[in-house]
Amino acid sequence: MAALIQGKTGDWEIVIGLEVHAQIIAHSKLFSGSSCEFGGAPNNHVSLVDAAMPGMLPVLNEYCVEQAVRTGLGLNSQINLHSVFERKNYFYPDLPQGYQISQFLHPIVGKGVIEIDLPNGETKQIGVTRLHMEQDAGKSIHDQHPTKSYVDLNRSGCALMEIVSEPDLRGADEACAYVTKLRMILRYLGTCDGNLEEGSMRADVNVSVRKLGAPYGTRCEIKNVNSIKAIQMAIDYEATRQVEIIEAGGTIKQETRLWDNVKGETRSMRSKEEAHDYRYFPDPDLLPLVITQEYVDAIKATLPELPDQKKHRFMSTFGLSAYDSSVLIAERARADYYEAVAKGHDAKLAANWVINELLGALNKDSKSLDETPVTAEQLGGLIALISDNTISGKIAKDVFAEMMATGKDAAAIVEEKGLKQVTDSGAIEKIVDEVIAENPDNVAAYRGGKDKLFGFFVGQVMKKSAGKANPDMVNDLLKQKLG
Amino acid sequence: MTNSLISLTITEALKGLKDKKFSATELVSAHIKQVEACDHLNAFITKTPELALKQAAESDARIAKGEMRVLEGIPIAMKDLYCTKAVTTTAASQILKNFVPTYESTVSQKLLDAGTISVGKANLDEFAMGGSNTNSSFGPVENPWKSSTHPDKKLVSGGSSGGSAAAVAAGMVMASTGTDTGGSTRQPGSFCGIVGVKPTYGRCSRWGIIAFASSLDQAGIFARNVEDSALLLQTISGFDPKDSTSAQMEVPDFTGLLKQDIKGLRVGIPKEYRVDGMPAEITAVWDKGIQLLKEAGATIIDISLPHTKYAVPTYYIIAPSEASSNLARYDGVRYGLRVDGKDLQETYDLTRAAGFGKEVKRRIMIGTYCLSSGYYDAYYTKAQKVRRLIANDFRSAFETCDVILTPTAPSSAFAIGENDDDPIKMYLGDVFTIPASLAGLPGISVPGGLDNQGLPLGLQIIGKAWDEVTMFKTAYALEQAVGFKDVSPLMKRGAA
Repeated sequence: MAALIQGKTGDWEIVIGLEVHAQIIAHSKLFSGSSCEFGGAPNNHVSLVDAAMPGMLPVLNEYCVEQAVRTGLGLNSQINLHSVFERKNYFYPDLPQGYQISQFLHPIVGKGVIEIDLPNGETKQIGVTRLHMEQDAGKSIHDQHPTKSYVDLNRSGCALMEIVSEPDLRGADEACAYVTKLRMILRYLGTCDGNLEEGSMRADVNVSVRKLGAPYGTRCEIKNVNSIKAIQMAIDYEATRQVEIIEAGGTIKQETRLWDNVKGETRSMRSKEEAHDYRYFPDPDLLPLVITQEYVDAIKATLPELPDQKKHRFMSTFGLSAYDSSVLIAERARADYYEAVAKGHDAKLAANWVINELLGALNKDSKSLDETPVTAEQLGGLIALISDNTISGKIAKDVFAEMMATGKDAAAIVEEKGLKQVTDSGAIEKIVDEVIAENPDNVAAYRGGKDKLFGFFVGQVMKKSAGKANPDMVNDLLKQKLG
Repeated sequence: MTNSLISLTITEALKGLKDKKFSATELVSAHIKQVEACDHLNAFITKTPELALKQAAESDARIAKGEMRVLEGIPIAMKDLYCTKAVTTTAASQILKNFVPTYESTVSQKLLDAGTISVGKANLDEFAMGGSNTNSSFGPVENPWKSSTHPDKKLVSGGSSGGSAAAVAAGMVMASTGTDTGGSTRQPGSFCGIVGVKPTYGRCSRWGIIAFASSLDQAGIFARNVEDSALLLQTISGFDPKDSTSAQMEVPDFTGLLKQDIKGLRVGIPKEYRVDGMPAEITAVWDKGIQLLKEAGATIIDISLPHTKYAVPTYYIIAPSEASSNLARYDGVRYGLRVDGKDLQETYDLTRAAGFGKEVKRRIMIGTYCLSSGYYDAYYTKAQKVRRLIANDFRSAFETCDVILTPTAPSSAFAIGENDDDPIKMYLGDVFTIPASLAGLPGISVPGGLDNQGLPLGLQIIGKAWDEVTMFKTAYALEQAVGFKDVSPLMKRGAA
């Protein structure tokens, strides 16, 4: 699966590690009572603590701790019962304290692992190095005044989780699959809404290249990658750039690079030598964070079924394919919807209908699942009608279209429009006889060995019955009568 | 000695107010008059007489209705490191010279709620960095005491809470707030011949106190006797959900337990505090204190605090390290002084160059250096380890004693300007107060006597963590035994 770059000197492997910043879903900030809602007029969600007024002190938001622990458990990670908040010191106008409160040497979550789904249907285990809590900075706005910059502190102090992966990813596809899966897990857990565009989830990408089997190369960190597509493009660009430099006899400098989405390139932001000395030290305003195993266990007991567990259950319980299962579990609401449809009905049929018909129709109308006019119970009702031969699969598609348009129940539509399948053998036999009588030439040809004409007779019968004749019975009767 | 209202104890004043012998307005006015008479001491950065008189009228109304609060009508001074709502709060720094908080610190709020009346914001060393109050950007504070041998010399009040100490010693207020990071209430208490007390770290809320070194900063109190200091400390103590380092501990009845007998009390005397070159008069005052406690029934125990000699260097790594980070917020962006430059970096540079004084800059540089990559382990990490050893010294010592008695400072008040060019000498002035600060222990300085220039010398009592009761009890017994009746000449004149 690993995407290799074919260079002039041979194949190069791309090695990627990701640092994902995920904003914790919580009512208030990590160390203050102000709201961390997105949007709002600039500087409307700013407390004295967020503005770093003299003498103000941080007080840890316990709910954020719970969310971080919940996330750690969802990433199959070690939870550290003792962790420490430290100060990361640097000057910037959107950092009012002059330091960011973060966790450095002792993060709340240690090593873990997640499974990613690759485009070819395979899975791969990716190591999680750590997860720690930290404050977000405010926002500097440089384009509203010719000579001045503005600062919006609404985001200042909101809680982030920084989730660091091992350098286990090989190529852009794997990196995208990782971000997709991570986002899915966070959304299942309700700990981050995973919105890359709004910035509630942000990724820094570490890229290096090496010849197969060689030690790791020098890495560059790419910032400002704000979508899955940007991750893909930035990695491809950066890996190619590095290979070209090395093959031309150059060396890679360790540095931070910025992704330019418009130009489609990365460019140098600062070298390792120019990197800040953050002067981390334990924040003396906060005691070490100590939690108990009982506290962790209590959170563990409330964890929802996670995407991979659900996927494996769908495969084993419902007999679905890995692909169908992956599609269904991609969102928690989708999986819940599917399970409601499948309840008491043919599970495979339900999967086909949800994936191919429902999601297809919603997609066509640019609607999300929570806007569906057809409830899971209603779709289940339709499937019941197919399963008990009340309607055929073909009629069902028409009924479904009507349901999408009107929101009515399948049974009501079938009743109203008289779409009930004809299973009366006498009635079908009558139509079959008519079709045979009306097409003497084709009958002769068929009997003369033109087997392919069988489909023509089926079509004619179905047409005359307005699609309502039971297809199996039509087949049987035609075979019988045509001899 | 005199009938003047400015020489009353707080207990006497409360009784007088209750019995309607005088009004709160009269009491406050008498003190405001003394504030004016002592203007040359430069004890205040901001005076608030109108506000004080308005509050005094409210106090009188309460007294008339029989709704007197625990410290109703008592005039105090507030160290200008406490943020006070609608009253300029400077930390004695140019960078905050026009800063008016929209909020009231927890400690000052508690004092307001108890009925005290602040007559102004007391001068201090800039950001509480210093032991002489000569590092204030609003000028030095002069000690109300005079040397009998060099009466022309202006003496330092001690620091960093020098204005608070001078105000109490000169009779401008009945008590005041200080803060203590490495000795900033105990040492000025000693220099000004009054009581200065710092409780256990975590006893009081730091919310709204401008931070110097967060792991060491603690509120403190100045008063002219132990009982008054206990009364005020009682008021400002207690857990605050807004300060994660304040402790959820019951606050004992400091004043109620003050006058207990000290028979059988074990008083530890640390041999390491008998430092080379200490003036003989300080040793004499210390020995007299030991003798007096012994006569009052205490048992004297020789103890050892072996890591004492590392305390000052350890402190001067930890405190500046924290300060370098705590003071990063004064960047000219949101409040305080801003000196515009051609770009952001220059604005930072010019603002901080203009806004901070020499000593503050020195400590920011030391702290930044100690936390730097490559030096962190050698300085900060090492200092934290030594800090633990110093705390362990005290823990072991307290297995054999209940309190520790030491001198408060290695000298009496020196002349303004005398040590200004020698920061190391200045830093060593905290040699006896810093160890207890590093260990987070409560300490109190009580006047022990006068030196041969007629200047006061304090004795320090260090208690176990959370055992201010035993510390106060010992301090009270010592105070009674010493019988220190001297007051500063200015106080004497004002009361006459």
